[in-house]
Amino acid sequence: MKRKHRRLLFVVVSLGLLGSAAALILNTVEDSLIFFYTPSDLAARPAAPDNRFRLGGLVEKGSVRSKGKTTFFNVTDMNRTISVIYTGVLPDLFREGQGVVAEGTLDPDGRFTASQILAKHDETYMPKEVADALSKKGRWREGKSGK
Amino acid sequence: MLHRFASPARFSRIATRVLPWSVALTGLLFVAGIYFALFASPADYQQGETVRIMYVHVPSAWMAIACYIFIAAMSAISLIWKHPLADVAARAAAPLGAAFTLIVLITGSLWGKPTWGTWWVWDARLTSVLIMFFLYLGHIALTHAFDNPQRGAKAAAMLALVGFINIPIIKFSVDWWNTLHQPASLTRLDRPAIDPGMLTPLLLMGLAFMAYFVTMLLIRMRADLNAARARARQLSAAE
Repeated sequence: MKRKHRRLLFVVVSLGLLGSAAALILNTVEDSLIFFYTPSDLAARPAAPDNRFRLGGLVEKGSVRSKGKTTFFNVTDMNRTISVIYTGVLPDLFREGQGVVAEGTLDPDGRFTASQILAKHDETYMPKEVADALSKKGRWREGKSGK
Repeated sequence: MLHRFASPARFSRIATRVLPWSVALTGLLFVAGIYFALFASPADYQQGETVRIMYVHVPSAWMAIACYIFIAAMSAISLIWKHPLADVAARAAAPLGAAFTLIVLITGSLWGKPTWGTWWVWDARLTSVLIMFFLYLGHIALTHAFDNPQRGAKAAAMLALVGFINIPIIKFSVDWWNTLHQPASLTRLDRPAIDPGMLTPLLLMGLAFMAYFVTMLLIRMRADLNAARARARQLSAAE
């Protein structure tokens, strides 16, 4: 009985210690765990020029323009906005108002030159008819999950 | 309570009685689940038909994590209470969990290419799931790395418990850090962000994967116990 309890205590204590160690490490290396920075993150902590990083946010509505294979658009987090320039093929799910992650560098003039664009999918799943009905009623984004 | 099922002979008897039912249930759930997933559910407004990958991807992700939690619990029981069946259960579950994790990684990659525009990224969710796959492989390797099976079971149990730290990281990675992978659709505080027509196949497939896991676990555990009995009989016959 006694040895059983000692083993239980040992397992619980070592898991607790390992868990705290993991939490401390993850907290320290948080910067490298973040997949992308939002425009607000950049305002709070400016990136060095020529430093490659990923910029994420929503494609601002009405901001997409294209000239040949080059696309200009704005990435916004509803708080701050950064304009992005990208030459190449866009993913199918690249749409205005949808999430996007752009990898590239920030130019000195504050414009972001992307070398790769990834579309970010959100957690909403619904049939087209429901989406159409929702946007017709003007309840898009408001009644995300409802019929 | 635990020790009522401690006897391997008793477990084998129960497993033999349960198995025909769980095999039938697994088959039924898969037929219904695949029918709903492929035919009786709508395409997504953004992803189109690609959404159907979710009906395999998400249930196998659930089961990959559930199986890991099961192995960790069995490992704790084995290390603390020295329960004879716990090692058998952990040993039987590990390859199943590894298979579920491999399915998650492959189907996720197939979904990621058309949706995100890439097969793979090193974001926190994808990376932590890959680590879980390696933990499963390590568990299987450690189990068989010793001449004395009990030492192998003990080493594997410790690995499973240490690796358990990865489970909350997988689950909450999408909330704690910015990831390319989307956050959870079902376990949200408000209503699930998934249409009822898509929820039906998802939950059916989830149940089917769970029934499959239970069935395979029972078969593998019973086979493991039978093999041990056969070895013991051979040894006593040789004397």
